[in-house]
Amino acid sequence: MSNITRRSVLTAGAAMAGVAFQPAPLIAGDGSAADGGAGNGGGGGTAGTTTRVRLLVNGRAHQLDLDRRTTVLDALREHLALTGTKKGCDQGQCGACTVHIGGERVLSCLTLAVAVQGQHIDTIEGLSPSDGPLHPMQQAFIDQDAFQCGYCTPGQIMSAVACVKEGHARTDDEIRESMSGNLCRCAAYPKIVAAIKQARDRGERA
Amino acid sequence: MRPFDYAQAGSVAHAATLAAGTAQGQTDAATQFLAGGTTLIDLMKLDVLTPRRVVSLGALSDANEKIELRGQELTLGAFAKMAAVARHPLVLAHCPAVAQSLALAASAQLRNMATLGGNVLQRTRCTYYRDVSWAKCNKRSPGSGCAALTGFNRNHAVLGVDESCIAQYPGDLGVVLAALEAQVTLTGPHGARQIPFASLHPLAMGRPHIENTLREGEIITQFRIPVGAVTRRSVYVKVRDRASYEFAIASAAVALDLDGEVVRQVRIGLGGMAYKPWRSLEGEQALKGKPLNEAAMAAAAAAALAGATTHGFNDYKPELGRRTLVRALQEAKAMAPAREG
Repeated sequence: MSNITRRSVLTAGAAMAGVAFQPAPLIAGDGSAADGGAGNGGGGGTAGTTTRVRLLVNGRAHQLDLDRRTTVLDALREHLALTGTKKGCDQGQCGACTVHIGGERVLSCLTLAVAVQGQHIDTIEGLSPSDGPLHPMQQAFIDQDAFQCGYCTPGQIMSAVACVKEGHARTDDEIRESMSGNLCRCAAYPKIVAAIKQARDRGERA
Repeated sequence: MRPFDYAQAGSVAHAATLAAGTAQGQTDAATQFLAGGTTLIDLMKLDVLTPRRVVSLGALSDANEKIELRGQELTLGAFAKMAAVARHPLVLAHCPAVAQSLALAASAQLRNMATLGGNVLQRTRCTYYRDVSWAKCNKRSPGSGCAALTGFNRNHAVLGVDESCIAQYPGDLGVVLAALEAQVTLTGPHGARQIPFASLHPLAMGRPHIENTLREGEIITQFRIPVGAVTRRSVYVKVRDRASYEFAIASAAVALDLDGEVVRQVRIGLGGMAYKPWRSLEGEQALKGKPLNEAAMAAAAAAALAGATTHGFNDYKPELGRRTLVRALQEAKAMAPAREG
């Protein structure tokens, strides 16, 4: 079905980007582009804004030279070419950037990369093996038609996996409450609830 | 976001030395401590907070996140995450209102990130404070004025306000801690000290840029709540513009000890109403020794909001505050009496 096409496109894209970015830890100064480099003048000393950061993403270790202001979200998207994690509001209000750090769902837009070195960061790309079946939650979102534009979907799925794992998927109301940090402008909420129930009931790994 | 120096504190004492020279209570503090980051990173992105140095406290969590019952005192490590405290059996058993206030706050993701210490220090959600394109904000820019007084102040405070600032304290947990007479342990360059939670947040008094009474280099390391029959029969009721993931427009914490129908002890906190975490001694006084009936509840609610000052768009608040308090009193009354011990 369409999931195969979409998935192979994503996989190919990530792999290509990975090759392109992998060899060269980025040069100092590059990272400032993401935030416009506001107010570099004076005190702080621009020479000292870049730092070596070790990130453990989907079981793989990376070393990056990042501007200290870089969030986990920007590190994933701009420096590791893992664009599955989405930037919605970038202010901690929409949940599109949800990843797991240390096994728990958190917002990558409000987390500084430099502050989570050595901790396990898991993203949508690491949810299922590239050559294996989809995670039961991914499959459930497809089966239940639980998205329209799809932009919030990676965040919804990462949050939903945690929702089931935490035991907060016992009733529809509990699912809605537990998923309230993930907004969907298309309002696919009823089908998201249905997908989570499917994954809860069928998924051994969810 | 402005560039900053970054340091990782290896211990609480180390953090205190890294922060020397900075009063943490000031909006323009040159050094800010980073715990969960849910307030700090947000406000740094908005250019509201512009610290030159950020000191991460992440490595200190393990030693400072314990939740324990010591005699008649529940101690909460200030580095514990909101989610962990909300589901902790000791908290649920001895202070259900604390657990409810945490479970009803923010979203699942934010509750996994935010610490208790950071949560009680959360900055106001006043839009004129958060948006630097507004010139007038005494909290952000001392002496500049207050745009909210004549602006869109629908969710601004009605208790504890003055002409310098009508920003609302946005938190939930703080309201419960104020009502339950919690103590706060602060650790700094000169060791640890205890203060009542009620004195952690000062009133604006013309200086709203001073957000708390922490001294130079001090960190909140623990909360201590005296527990008993009154805290075991406690509730937190929160009224919001949407069903979940929203700040309170009105909330009430009530802890109750009844002798039959008669109020032996009662504690009242109000949220969504006030400049700081608000305890209503007036409301408590109106109930003590009286049968807890509808008339008494209404009288207590009237007393609790008697000092309200509104500014137009928030004219609705006192009535909503009264009704929210009455509902919390009813819910506390309906709870099964607390078991001894």
